[in-house]
Amino acid sequence: MLPLYYNIPFLCIFLCMIGGIVMPLLKNGKCAVRCTETICFAVFALFTGLCLILSQRGESFAYKMGHFPAPWGNELFVGPLDALLCALFALVLGLSLLGGEVTMQADILPQKQNFYCTMMCMTLASLLALTTTNDMFTGYVFMEISTLAACAIVMARDTGEMVAATIRYLILSLLGSGLFLIGLAMLYCITGHLLMPQLLQRILLLSASDAYHIPLTVVCGLMTLGLGIKSSMFPFYAWLPPAHGGATTGASAVLSGLVLKGYIVFLIRIFYRVFSVSVVRNLHVTDILFVFGILGMILGSVMAIGEEHSKRMLAYSSVAQIGYIFMGLGLGTDAGVMAAFFQILAHAVTKPLLFLCVGRLSELRHHEKRFALLRGSAHEDQMAGIGFVVGGLSMVGIPLLTGFTAKLFLADAAMGGSVKMWTALLALALSSILNARYYIPAMFAIWAKPEAGQPDKHTKANRGFTVSAAVLTACVVLLGITAIPVVRIIQQELSML
Amino acid sequence: MEFLEKMISLRFEIAAFLLFGIGFMHLLVEKNLIKKIIAFNVMDSSVFLFLASQGYIHGRTAPIITDGITDASLYINPVPAGLVLTGIVVSVSISAFFLALTQRFYHRYHTVNFDEIMILAKEKDVD
Repeated sequence: MLPLYYNIPFLCIFLCMIGGIVMPLLKNGKCAVRCTETICFAVFALFTGLCLILSQRGESFAYKMGHFPAPWGNELFVGPLDALLCALFALVLGLSLLGGEVTMQADILPQKQNFYCTMMCMTLASLLALTTTNDMFTGYVFMEISTLAACAIVMARDTGEMVAATIRYLILSLLGSGLFLIGLAMLYCITGHLLMPQLLQRILLLSASDAYHIPLTVVCGLMTLGLGIKSSMFPFYAWLPPAHGGATTGASAVLSGLVLKGYIVFLIRIFYRVFSVSVVRNLHVTDILFVFGILGMILGSVMAIGEEHSKRMLAYSSVAQIGYIFMGLGLGTDAGVMAAFFQILAHAVTKPLLFLCVGRLSELRHHEKRFALLRGSAHEDQMAGIGFVVGGLSMVGIPLLTGFTAKLFLADAAMGGSVKMWTALLALALSSILNARYYIPAMFAIWAKPEAGQPDKHTKANRGFTVSAAVLTACVVLLGITAIPVVRIIQQELSML
Repeated sequence: MEFLEKMISLRFEIAAFLLFGIGFMHLLVEKNLIKKIIAFNVMDSSVFLFLASQGYIHGRTAPIITDGITDASLYINPVPAGLVLTGIVVSVSISAFFLALTQRFYHRYHTVNFDEIMILAKEKDVD
């Protein structure tokens, strides 16, 4: 008899998918949003429980779908970190919906709001599946579901500009998934397996015998490239700013904070559970990731500096933050991957907070997005102002906030390597300065003295936003000062993978 | 001669990779959205061709037990066919989505040229 908690991951994925089907049947958008939030928080609660159980027992398990044994069946593999990631994804998605609800009402046609919620459910389902699946082809299918759902979310705000952004997003995503699929087909032909543990065994045998060196390099490169394009690794970021910058507030938060992370988590799982870190390092894939990561960190920030449009600035900043993750991965050590995971968690709470705050501030100014028009808006909703300052300072890397802790771990992980150490440390320092260069002026702008003569607005308080911004701000601070338990969970998982 | 024989024995793989290259390039550079969709389908079909050709072993039959023969070495592994089937479902749904998007474009801008659309979209609604 399986312990009952083994069923949680599957049940959660299933719940999200059922939710997606039910949403269009509900009577209006408001109702659908409530239901989606309930699903998100239920998933959050279940996965938090699972994470606590697994981390206490130091346990990880493979859940067999339909009880078919290993080489034939489909499996989910869950360790404490996967449970933590899933819990966080669900929480942030729920909060993004809650915080972005008023903007959503304004941005999306009433008859489309139910479908928007459907897509949110599908996004969560695919994120959970990407984080927990043990089967490569299932991973591919959910990558595609995630792509379609994400495109539809971007599309939900139905302006010409957004439709163009969606097409661009879709085309680059399709290129990425095409590369991944051909890589997967080749991998299957070489090894004859799709489940990760079996693949790992075969690949270790192959790399020990030195046979198939070139095909393995090609496969690993194709998969990395494919997932890199989808997660906007540096040279392939062109689709991100228009899509993330233009979508409705809650959607931007989810896309920037979570959807990109799903692909990266899947990539890390492939590195650890399919190719093994030593093989990946021997194939020099990590070195390439390192270079792209560093370039992304710096150039992403450089592009953000010139950006007047507040949400697009945050989107460019996402390119830089994704660069940090790839740099951590590129170090090719356990410490580097640990730092990358921490950065994933840090960015997954900080960026949605920033997007929600900017969204709320622009809501106060008739949905204007340019910083020049947001001057002094923080006085009208102080929670948004505080949230933006906390998030921005975290991105810059001020101690006690999670962004600082993530940078600390990255710097710590870089120690010891010779060339990589200096490059990484220099890049971290430079990108922190660049981050400060655009976040600090933005903070000053929103907290500037309101111009005299502007009458007090009849703005309604937005309770949903206040709650979600407060929770996310608390997460940013908490993750910054109590990093040790999280680090322990990450290390526990890395030792099990 | 030997080279030619090798080429012939690898014909499916070579065709698949050529098609993949063609599809990939056109998906990237083609201006016409409809052609982009066709290119995407060519690209995905090439992968299916590759999988299906790798999954077929000459002289074996479909994995359906006939005449009570249960020796696995006489049958073909059904998994590649299953993968192709799943892949087709994915690619059909993406094509449908892409076509719907293109249609929406056409209604708005009366063109399916992506470059023109980008320019028009920038002109029409400045955020």
